[in-house]
Amino acid sequence: MINWRVILNIAKTHLLTKMKSTATASLGVTFGIGAYITMVSFMTGLNNMLDSLILNQTPHIHLYNEIEPTVNQPISLFEGFENSVYMISSIKPKQGQKKIHNALPILNYLKKKDNVKGATPQVRAQIFYLSGAIDLGGTLIGVDIMEETRLSNMRDYIVDGTPEALKSTDNGILLGSGLASKMSLSVGERVQISTVKGGIFPLKIVGIYQSGIADIDNVQSFCNLKTVQQILGEAQNYVTDINIKLNAIEDAPAMAKILEKQFDVTATDINEANAQFETGTNIRNLITYAVSITLLIVAGFGIYNILNMLIYEKMKDIAILKATGFSGRDVQFIFMSQAMIIGIVGGILGLILGFVLSVIIDGVPFETEALPTITTYPVNFSVGYYVIGIVFALLSTFIAGWLPSNKARRIDPVKIIRGT
Amino acid sequence: MDKVLEAKNINKHFLKPKDFHVLKNISFAIKKGEFASIMGKSGSGKSTLLYILSTMDTEYTGELYLNEKLVTGRLPSELSRIRNEHIGFVFQFHYLLSEFSVLENVMLPAKKLARKTNQEIEFDAIQKLKMLGIENLAKQKASRISGGEKQRVAIARALINNPSILMGDEPTGNLDSYNSDNVFNIFKRLKEEEGLSLLVVTHDEDFAKRTDYIIEMEDGRIIS
Repeated sequence: MINWRVILNIAKTHLLTKMKSTATASLGVTFGIGAYITMVSFMTGLNNMLDSLILNQTPHIHLYNEIEPTVNQPISLFEGFENSVYMISSIKPKQGQKKIHNALPILNYLKKKDNVKGATPQVRAQIFYLSGAIDLGGTLIGVDIMEETRLSNMRDYIVDGTPEALKSTDNGILLGSGLASKMSLSVGERVQISTVKGGIFPLKIVGIYQSGIADIDNVQSFCNLKTVQQILGEAQNYVTDINIKLNAIEDAPAMAKILEKQFDVTATDINEANAQFETGTNIRNLITYAVSITLLIVAGFGIYNILNMLIYEKMKDIAILKATGFSGRDVQFIFMSQAMIIGIVGGILGLILGFVLSVIIDGVPFETEALPTITTYPVNFSVGYYVIGIVFALLSTFIAGWLPSNKARRIDPVKIIRGT
Repeated sequence: MDKVLEAKNINKHFLKPKDFHVLKNISFAIKKGEFASIMGKSGSGKSTLLYILSTMDTEYTGELYLNEKLVTGRLPSELSRIRNEHIGFVFQFHYLLSEFSVLENVMLPAKKLARKTNQEIEFDAIQKLKMLGIENLAKQKASRISGGEKQRVAIARALINNPSILMGDEPTGNLDSYNSDNVFNIFKRLKEEEGLSLLVVTHDEDFAKRTDYIIEMEDGRIIS
């Protein structure tokens, strides 16, 4: 019974004769949606970049031996003191526990597992970088460099030189960028390091490593696994850390627990290590949505206002439509379709505006020491946000149109016609 | 003869500002092809009666028949349909949709009825305008024509669906004597040539005297 052609034709005529109000109402929606798209794209772009900055450098599961005292001190094992209260002062941590026991079998086991993308052994050593009379404390990490580049985006952080150069140079080192500038060293030069125990080793700089996090770049360098084992005077099975990348990051917490029990090591998963990071991301998203929804509510009030005024102006028209046989529902649809047309037009323009602004932001140069791989502001062009945007637009205009159009539906034509 | 419109014991109260019995036991019938007028002083209830007869006002007791079918108590959407199909309405103030052209105004009720194609409706509308001698205005905006012309357009709109009855609420009340005459002659012609039934509320005694019969009202009752 609803004749949409006639209804839409009346709605169209109303909108076109009130071009200014129509444009104002549509622009309200346009700016609301445009701002939402721009903000959400930019914010999530930044979030993703910051996430990957941390997460790509963090293994999904990290196996190591925690430095801790033995839970069962010898005295508690001795039956003679079974029912006594004992006090031990100056407890020391367990000996020789930096090394993971049976590291090589564990590695083999992990590499064969289906849900493991890769597992890499690491040797961490506390060392000094010698530069003339000054020695800088730091960490040297022995890695299987080709596996590391396969599993993380380490290659992006080698700002000078290549990982292949490290692999082919036995005594090569990827020097932290902070260290390199402190000691005025560059690729091709040599740096001397000494271990805590005292030996001095010259290493050739094959690359500069810059993670973007100053605290790391100022102390940390990478060598081949074998080189560090030699420097420490340890055998080939000496591995202090195992980093595991999984195919699905969600498996990490469960898997970490299993490994912890199975191999009697400490296993931290990525969620544990980066809990505070998630919080930051969530709060930024919350702010984005709060601002966008506020903008849309304002736009919704604009539409509500304009439709309300239109309905007051068109009282007589509404009365005449009803007198000539249009039902209240028809009249409501006339005004609802006006609101929805404003919502659709404004919403689509808003998506376009948001996209254009995102493209502009995406092109703005953004270079920072901390982020060697980034040259422009990061923007996330995810289609999902555009879908949410248009749904938002339609929903808010629907609600804004519903109230006044419902009033139009209930207008009593007799009152209007007799009232004049 | 067939009764086009019949009212049986219609009573109506206005509840605000206080209870007031506007219509008291109104009963009458209009047969096909009759041209009746309702007269009475202001406040006699004649307009109130007309709006009840037009199905727009549903707050009354009693029974109303249109083409011998009961319309009292129907759903609002059904009443809209009945108005659209069977009742043509002409008001004192011309009430055209000012943003639309004359032709579109006339076509609108027929488009709502949606029984004919747009071309057929347009043809009908031009026929009606021709009959009323204003086909030259078809493409004009409704806001750009004179009062007498507007009233004729309103009549054309009321006729577009070939209604059973044409109702008028002081259709000449806002017109000068020349245009009033004109409207009366149109009504007369419609009755004679098309056999249309008409019911017109009016103040104008000259107008009323020329109709088939007068229903005179006072204090909510029909007195003659």
